[in-house]
Amino acid sequence: MDETISLVLFSGTDDKLQAAATLVAGAAALGKPVKIFLQYWGLNAFRADRIAADHGLAPEAGEAGKLAFDAAARTGQAHWADALRMAKELGEVDIQACSASMDLLKLKQSDLDPLVNGIEGVAAFYINAGEGQIVFI
Amino acid sequence: MGNLDIKLKVDATGLSCPLPILKATQAIRTVASGELIEVVATDPGSVKDFAAWAGSTGNALVESDSADGKYRFVFRHK
Repeated sequence: MDETISLVLFSGTDDKLQAAATLVAGAAALGKPVKIFLQYWGLNAFRADRIAADHGLAPEAGEAGKLAFDAAARTGQAHWADALRMAKELGEVDIQACSASMDLLKLKQSDLDPLVNGIEGVAAFYINAGEGQIVFI
Repeated sequence: MGNLDIKLKVDATGLSCPLPILKATQAIRTVASGELIEVVATDPGSVKDFAAWAGSTGNALVESDSADGKYRFVFRHK
């Protein structure tokens, strides 16, 4: 069985990115290779000038959800970008930007945080995913 | 307990998932094969997480116990 886990990060809010980073970090700690494909607002969140900014939460979070999320951020939880950086140091984690989303957002690779390894199209994404699971967030 | 030769202690108290297993992964790579590390966590999920981590990575869980809301694990580097 192919152990590679592939994640498509479409959403750009901090809660979804936090959940995705947890999945990535866990896989990396278990020694599973991880491929990440950044599309649309997920890609936009990886802009070098905005990665540490407040990206808001999904609408279902509401006010109570925002309070809970902010409290967790202050105590014992790594920011999603830091969790991804740790996961990259520990395991085989490859982060690729979707080339169509790059065009849509008028971005060049130099606009992105160094966490992003490169730019690829959907065919390359599927080839690299192999027979492994694909998760869309 | 107390008679194990622990090479490195990792304080993961107060940390949420996935930080305890990330810290453990970092730490165990700094000790030689066969050497022991100790991890202390307060995340209740760490009990099942570290069992899975040990099984998946081959770093054996040598000892574990809990008291006062703290969970202690000793792993032997594969």
